[in-house]
Amino acid sequence: MKIAVCIKQVPARDWQPRVNESRTWVRDEDAAFEMNEPDAYALEEGLRLKGRHGGEVVVCSAGPSRVSHVIREALARGADRAIHVESDGAASADAFEVAGALAEAMSGESFDLVLTGLQSDDQGFAQTGVVLAERLGVPHATIIMEVKVDGGALRVKRELEGGWFQWVAMPLPALLTIQSGINQLRYATLKGIMAAKKKDIRKVAASGAHRSRQRIVNLYAPKKTKQTQLIGGTPAEAARELVKRLRDEARAID
Amino acid sequence: MILVVAEQRDGRLNRASWEVVAAAQRLAAKTGGAPIKVALLGGDLAAAAGELSAAAVAEVLTVEQAALEPYTADGFVAALAQLVAGQAPTYVLFPHTYLARDFVPKLAARLDRALVADVVSLAEADGTVAFTRLIFQGKLAADVVLEGEAPYLVTFQAGAFSADLAERGASPAPVSRADVTIDAALIRQKPEAPFREAKQAVDLSQAQRIVAVGRGIRARDQLPLAEALAKALGAELAASRPICDAGWLPIERQVGSSGQTVAPKLYLALGVSGAIQHAVGMKASKTIVAINKDAEAPMFELADYGIVGDLFEVVPALIKELQR
Repeated sequence: MKIAVCIKQVPARDWQPRVNESRTWVRDEDAAFEMNEPDAYALEEGLRLKGRHGGEVVVCSAGPSRVSHVIREALARGADRAIHVESDGAASADAFEVAGALAEAMSGESFDLVLTGLQSDDQGFAQTGVVLAERLGVPHATIIMEVKVDGGALRVKRELEGGWFQWVAMPLPALLTIQSGINQLRYATLKGIMAAKKKDIRKVAASGAHRSRQRIVNLYAPKKTKQTQLIGGTPAEAARELVKRLRDEARAID
Repeated sequence: MILVVAEQRDGRLNRASWEVVAAAQRLAAKTGGAPIKVALLGGDLAAAAGELSAAAVAEVLTVEQAALEPYTADGFVAALAQLVAGQAPTYVLFPHTYLARDFVPKLAARLDRALVADVVSLAEADGTVAFTRLIFQGKLAADVVLEGEAPYLVTFQAGAFSADLAERGASPAPVSRADVTIDAALIRQKPEAPFREAKQAVDLSQAQRIVAVGRGIRARDQLPLAEALAKALGAELAASRPICDAGWLPIERQVGSSGQTVAPKLYLALGVSGAIQHAVGMKASKTIVAINKDAEAPMFELADYGIVGDLFEVVPALIKELQR
């Protein structure tokens, strides 16, 4: 089975974003970057499917040259090769631009299965995978917690809201967006890191034919909707004051 | 015209539909009083359509087809692509539910039109409507404008607009059938009946007080500290998604969009960052306390009381104080 896994490089979770001068994007020169967490689960699922059914896992990522770090990481974890869609704009682009560029680079490959994370930790569109499915002309399902492949058919467990699930069957080729926690992630071994150095990364220049349809015109710290009372002091002092306010003011404890 | 696509399951209307009607009324007021129509898709829609006709809208449209029950992404995209082409709305609005997340991006791609998702409020920029959404895990708000030709597709976050603010009409809005043709052979997904994993042993929605742990708890063997605080407060223990994903607590204790929705008297969050997916499950709590070493954690935006500090120091002090 020929499996593609789309991964995005995003700023690390603990990074505190700063707004640029025109208030249209962030200044990320000082940011550390990492693989988008749901995409890491998608990669792991791809590697497990390859383990069961054979074939190859190809990681695909769109972004500036720094994206090569997460591509190497994916190769070190066990992906066979990679496609890097080179685009400086992809990091701040919308899902249409990214999915369009990925679809162009992936179209000649005839993948049986394409996996993406369900959304990204940066802009969180939750659209790229589904738009990519439409561009590739394949059926899809989102927020997947289990994947079963039997011959040319797929049966997947979709997460619904409020603790409900549903099995959905569809033919291959198909695209799935993977939920975090579907599996236990593996980490790269030293052997994997060494092997990754020899693996092929095909670089494709983004054609620029796909433009974003949404534009950030103002970026700012979210407005507070609540008056938060911050309680300071030593841990003991803060604890005493909090308990007092929860008893006397909020009446939340007896 | 503004088209609201309401959501129903087994004929029962999802409350988020009323929230989107409220959003549509607000958007209409901002854009020169465009008329609003509400569409419903599915198998048996009479009851849900009747309920929606109470809204102050121009019309309720039902798209009743065997091919739309049960839901499939392919079926909904085919039906809505035709409905939108026929009705020619300027905006098409949806609740940002798991269902909408499954098909709306594909509809936008099919129509080749812009889609802004998970919107929390309306704003203005350059004399046009902008849509505010939270990015970078809720750390920044972005006002976004949409480009290209109408229709523009928008999904609204749960709770962004209060359902109570949706205006009711003086008389019921007319309900009419909208005809679309769906070739069932083109529906590629074959869904089975929804199910629940196991009988929920804990019903967090009934808890008076909840202590929730997030990534800040760091290790599984630190959980007894949170359990001890829960015991001292007479609270149930809950968690954000990463804790349940790691298997440290069972999924039935997960609060958020993929877990339970709770509104206890007291919600005390230990090392929970407060990402949107968690916040939607607990922000209706009466009193919220955040304890986190990261002063920028979005949970502090939701909290009534906050302590910026090391939970491993603060929690033992709290337990001691409660036992005095």
